[in-house]
Amino acid sequence: MAALDNAETVPRLGASSDTILPVLLFTGLALLPAAIGGETYLIDRFMRIMVFAIAAVGLDLIVGYGALISFGHAAFIGIGAYAAGILAAHGINEAVIALPVALAASTLFALLTGIVSLRTKGVYFIMITLAFGQMAFFTASSLAPYGGDDGLTIHMRDTVFGYPVLENARAFYYVALGCLLASYLLCRTLVASRFGRVFRGARENPARMASIGFDPYRFQLVAYMVSGALGGLAGFLLANATDFVSPAYMSWQRSGDLLIMVIFGGMGRLYGAIIGALVYLVAEDMLAQYTEHWRMLFGPLLVAVAVFAPGGLIGVAERLARSRRRD
Amino acid sequence: MTDPAAEPVLRIEHLRKNFGALIVTDDVTLGVRPGELHAIIGPNGAGKTTLINQISGFLAPESGRILFNGRDITALPVHARAGLGLARSFQITSILPGFTALENVALAVQAHAGSSFRFFGRANAELGLNDPARAALQKVGLGEREGVPAGALSHGEKRALELAIALAMTPKLLLLDEPMAGTGPEETDRLIALLGKLKGRFSMILVEHDMTAVFALADRISVLIYGRILASGAPETVRRDPAVVAAYLGDEMEQPLVPDRDAPRC
Repeated sequence: MAALDNAETVPRLGASSDTILPVLLFTGLALLPAAIGGETYLIDRFMRIMVFAIAAVGLDLIVGYGALISFGHAAFIGIGAYAAGILAAHGINEAVIALPVALAASTLFALLTGIVSLRTKGVYFIMITLAFGQMAFFTASSLAPYGGDDGLTIHMRDTVFGYPVLENARAFYYVALGCLLASYLLCRTLVASRFGRVFRGARENPARMASIGFDPYRFQLVAYMVSGALGGLAGFLLANATDFVSPAYMSWQRSGDLLIMVIFGGMGRLYGAIIGALVYLVAEDMLAQYTEHWRMLFGPLLVAVAVFAPGGLIGVAERLARSRRRD
Repeated sequence: MTDPAAEPVLRIEHLRKNFGALIVTDDVTLGVRPGELHAIIGPNGAGKTTLINQISGFLAPESGRILFNGRDITALPVHARAGLGLARSFQITSILPGFTALENVALAVQAHAGSSFRFFGRANAELGLNDPARAALQKVGLGEREGVPAGALSHGEKRALELAIALAMTPKLLLLDEPMAGTGPEETDRLIALLGKLKGRFSMILVEHDMTAVFALADRISVLIYGRILASGAPETVRRDPAVVAAYLGDEMEQPLVPDRDAPRC
């Protein structure tokens, strides 16, 4: 976790790279299906990566800007997914209903767990969010009417105003991209707003913020709810992408994966979480082709990033760019 | 300037605080009148910062009351006291190192300029927040440094920034906990001049070790020793109080009140 403490000392190139990189990133993602051509499998794969990126962006909002290290974030994905799955099991297959329900359920879970967990700091916050995540996991496992441990198959994807948009891989890809872009822009706006400035200040010096008249707790709670809602959005999309919902979506390993994406890409820049999700999940696919023990290869890589590159991949890229400019 | 009969801005009644067996605030009663600069002096470990922490809400007293403009604030949290107009500076610099000097002060303005639950619009481009912040920075001589990250300012500049943050809150009472701690002689002189200018416009409690500053600025001085108020009154009275001279001012009085500028300060 040394990477988290060093975030402030990471050298930054300034505003320019924070504009250019996201533009390049989203342009690339928009053009990707054209480049891939007819390989539906790959389009589907990248769509799922973007779905996890949505949750990672939401997680970076609280980790990167608020130093609130949530180790139970997969629970929000699971709750969003179960909202879609349970509604589908009762014959409700309309996104206009299912999506708001998914968002409301995950936001409510964030509110209830945030009220308790945000009263703790540091390691205790990590532990208590992990505990809430596990509670969600075991609750889902015990949902016998909805498959329990085995999960729940969704027989028909959600329609959008009656149109089967999500049945088409390309259309689904662009829906996910649109959601990712919206999530990114929402978080970026929040961070720069009055609200975000207080939230960021509370991470740097809560005593100072209190002594000028702010109660950091309320701001952290709202940010935690936004972050949870984005997890719910990702869960809703994931359930539709896989046609399946299971407690495994909420396992603590999934929460760890999300944290790795955020740290690996570079915390506190939002698009870093997207890059982290891309690199992590593509690397997973590639390494998994060679060995099922791919985590053994990935582990040392992660340690290296934590030790040598506290700014994540973006931090490394910026340092390279800077040293080249100096030459 | 100060009217002895006026209702005090701050009134502390029989305040008591201990850390385990150690009594750090022992039946302290004192008041600050409107516009008054009330200095609190005493040796290291006398409980000055502990007292400031209780007034600003970082510590809860065991017993006793704190009244602010007649209202009992003993149980209020820190941020609520700040909302009522109680501003403090910290002995150990407490700023937002990653924010620019301007944003540090603009946040203090923002805290008192309507709701901060605004999710859209760039806060750092709001003139309504930046203009008063700039004015406060100018007052403390940091006008040229507004774009510098606060963590990169010199020690003296950080001390000045602390003061600018407190001023930007348009406080009713300023609690200054050793604003001159660790500053060089020139900066100390500048801060004394600045506090002199502010005097009368704000009610202030000044905790300070620099006796030149204290005797130049204070309307009233309370001497705190082992958590207890040993003497309280006009500077001349306190200076001559035999108990105070014996317990605290003794050393300083031998080399009259022009301290050696090269001597290390603490």
